[in-house]
Amino acid sequence: MLLGPSLALSAILFSLGVAGVLLRRNAIVLFMCIELMLNAVNLSFVALAQLHGASGYVMVFFVMTVAAAEAAVGLAIIIGIFRHKQSVDLGNINLLRG
Amino acid sequence: MTEVVFYIFAAIAVLSATLCILQRSPMASALWLISTMFSLAAIYVLLNAQFIAAIQVLVYAGAIMVLFLFVIMLLNLGHAESDFRGPSTVAATLVIVGLLAIELLALTRYTPRRLANELSQWPTFTDPATVFVAGQVTQQESASRGVVGALAAPLFQTYLIPFEITSVLLLAAIVGAVVLAKRNV
Repeated sequence: MLLGPSLALSAILFSLGVAGVLLRRNAIVLFMCIELMLNAVNLSFVALAQLHGASGYVMVFFVMTVAAAEAAVGLAIIIGIFRHKQSVDLGNINLLRG
Repeated sequence: MTEVVFYIFAAIAVLSATLCILQRSPMASALWLISTMFSLAAIYVLLNAQFIAAIQVLVYAGAIMVLFLFVIMLLNLGHAESDFRGPSTVAATLVIVGLLAIELLALTRYTPRRLANELSQWPTFTDPATVFVAGQVTQQESASRGVVGALAAPLFQTYLIPFEITSVLLLAAIVGAVVLAKRNV
């Protein structure tokens, strides 16, 4: 069944994703850490689907679709920022700073 | 045997994820993230979700990460300088992430079975065994109709409307990506 270990692994991977988002300034690495968090949530969906039926698997489908759409639009935005600033470092993107 | 394989792949996943967030080069980060996704696919197989494992390899490791690698190579970010934040941010991150990890790991001890057992103490609640009938039904469906069949029925019956709305989301993403990449922002 491996429910407990799967949920623990999911928790560890999610925490690592949050750590990456907080630690890095490179926008692309930040996006990859968000994908890591989505993967961690998918793992807990799959683990719990063993008890609660196929709804968990369907939810994983929707999460993957949203992740694909988010990656496409997000990477297009990053390319736009790179054209404008010649950098993807989030420290240089401070237009909203007062 | 299954548990040993699970722990091997779990260790690979955690190690790859750690290296992914610690590598200086975005290209190395992306490759370690692909390693994490492959070990997660192996874990999905161990959890009796073979179709999800295939989709994980095709969509995540195949499509999404290739998109990331294309952008990294397009922007020529292969040999970037260090982009880690300062020591005060690192300390704050360690505290925040430590608290989050403790909280999430404490939550995982609160498994659905234990929740059902506690809920069964309530007067309006029935036998905890009946709560998990859905999981057993899915396992029987997988045995009789195959893994894909057990998944297709809820996807195209119960969740048909969300499934159709997903196509609108993907269309919006396509249009948005084209507009953003074409125009000079």
